[in-house]
Amino acid sequence: MDAGPQPLIVARDLVKTYVLGDQTVHALRGVSFQVMPGEFVAIMGPSGSGKSTLMNMIGALDQPTSGTLSIDGAEISRMEAAELADLRNRTIGFVFQQFNLLRRTSALDNVKLPLLYSRRRRTDADAVARDKLTLVGLGDRIGHQPSQLSGGQQQRVAIARALVNSPRLVLADEPTGALDTQTSAEIMALLERLNAEGLTIIIVTHEPDIAAHARRLIRVRDGRIVEDRATAGAPVTHGVHAA
Amino acid sequence: MKSHELWEFFKVALQAIKLHRLRSALTALGIIIGVASVIVMAAIGNGASKQLQQQMASMGTRVINVMPGAMRIGGRSTGFGGGAPFSQKDMNALVSGVPGIVAATGSLDGSVSLVYGAANWSSNVSGVHAEFQDVRPWPLISGRWFTADDVTRGAKVAVVGTAVVRELFAGGDPVGETVRINNIPFEVIGVLSSRGSNGFRDQDDQVLVPITTARSRLVGRRYATVPDAVGSIAVRVADDASMDQVQEELTTLMRKLRRINAGEDDNFTIRNFAELVANADAAQSVVRYLLATTAAMSLVVGGIGIMNIMLVSVTERTREIGLRMAVGARPVDVMTQFLTEAIILCLSGGLVGLLIGVGITVTLSVFFKWTVAIGAGTVLMAILVSAGVGIIFGFMPARRASHLNPIEALRYE
Repeated sequence: MDAGPQPLIVARDLVKTYVLGDQTVHALRGVSFQVMPGEFVAIMGPSGSGKSTLMNMIGALDQPTSGTLSIDGAEISRMEAAELADLRNRTIGFVFQQFNLLRRTSALDNVKLPLLYSRRRRTDADAVARDKLTLVGLGDRIGHQPSQLSGGQQQRVAIARALVNSPRLVLADEPTGALDTQTSAEIMALLERLNAEGLTIIIVTHEPDIAAHARRLIRVRDGRIVEDRATAGAPVTHGVHAA
Repeated sequence: MKSHELWEFFKVALQAIKLHRLRSALTALGIIIGVASVIVMAAIGNGASKQLQQQMASMGTRVINVMPGAMRIGGRSTGFGGGAPFSQKDMNALVSGVPGIVAATGSLDGSVSLVYGAANWSSNVSGVHAEFQDVRPWPLISGRWFTADDVTRGAKVAVVGTAVVRELFAGGDPVGETVRINNIPFEVIGVLSSRGSNGFRDQDDQVLVPITTARSRLVGRRYATVPDAVGSIAVRVADDASMDQVQEELTTLMRKLRRINAGEDDNFTIRNFAELVANADAAQSVVRYLLATTAAMSLVVGGIGIMNIMLVSVTERTREIGLRMAVGARPVDVMTQFLTEAIILCLSGGLVGLLIGVGITVTLSVFFKWTVAIGAGTVLMAILVSAGVGIIFGFMPARRASHLNPIEALRYE
């Protein structure tokens, strides 16, 4: 898509402060990094480190108090709510710890949900959604409702939903947090496969062995990046870790 | 927003409503009751109004009544009918002197006792001219109306109302029978169709005889001073437009006939039924407004119910809203979705309420013989109002949903 190696995410001096009652919370105290297309990044850090705030910002759900953050060339710090929504719709696919599927709604309809907000008429919506479900290995369960699916299968539906608008970035927040070890490994294998096909993936986790599936590790503590390195398993060919 | 998007939102809203069937039904209940009561109230109100109009038509809209006596003479109230009675000469002068009158009849009224066989009954008698039927048509269900010749001859013939038939003839056909009115034998020649009560008395408890016969044999003693008395006079006017003019000319001519000097009060009264009916209608409309207000209140209560449940629904579905926002729903999309839900709930509630309202109305009219009328306007209003209630009371919850912070919404337990 992009001609040159344009970074997908460029963060400069991101600062986020909240006022909670009479207390000011410094969630981010100046964070800068870049993510190139095709990377597989794990963000780690203890709770309260600011990793959730950072992920919300990368997901265009939140805006920085100061600093700049551009996602796929778009600067989010001055965007309106509607523009942020469009950016999330077209550029970002979300995967959540709790899957967040609509109950009593078929897998197919769940996957189609982002298309509802994509503001263009899709006559191929069913076909696209079915393709994505097939891609995550659920081609035979498109009519099943979440309650009829296992945890791992539900997370696959969620991944198919994240992919349905062909996003440039998939953002997974503790994607295996609610799954057993075996299923976790399967989900991570799926994400690795998607990454191998060129999709940029960022996961937030506190489990080192989950983070090990990624190729780059960003460690956050007290609102700052304290470590940014290639993981042990990462092939050297992806040497694009501009920090 | 394009139409296919609205259709998608409509489907999503329907799905959400189906997911919470019981709650949706309970939510709509307020609107159902509200709309049903509006329909019933409106039907009763319209029915009363229609009944009044029918009465008006039966009394005659283009009829002017002239009665001797005024409400006040020299500070003393005499009531209608007091003062010197009109004579046949007065009546003839009016008919020939005022253009625009197409028919006129006198009316000499009184109470009489009727005897037929062993049965007896007290009733009201009116001596009228043959033109009575032209002034104030009253169809017959049996027999014939008396002719001008009957009037000239002073024939002892009578046309009776259904109440009289019921009391004297046990409902059988009395035409051709002889009934004794104040001990004088009259031949019954016709039966009047039923008109029911006019709010004051039973209009069917009535005997009509030629005015000449009434004058000479039944009620003439009351008018002893005027040998050719006609009691009150009713005239039919050619068209609505000339009502005022005819009324004015009647007054002028009557003052002249009765030699009333300028500055003196009339000693007669002129009334037209349109005025009477307008007064009655005004009194009725107060009641109608009261009913409408009560019904509208129940709609507002229903609307508040909708708002209440929608607020609960927004809170309960916070995570879902967060998810929708995360995958690209704009605030306006979320707002549209919840508004659509509220409107669908209200509209379907409105339709069910409409059916129930119509059902109750039909029951009232079939089993309780109430006069009711459901107009297209009422139906349209019920639909518009329920949609309006959905928009008005759905707005606040929808706005709240659209203003949720997606991060907090996603984290909501």
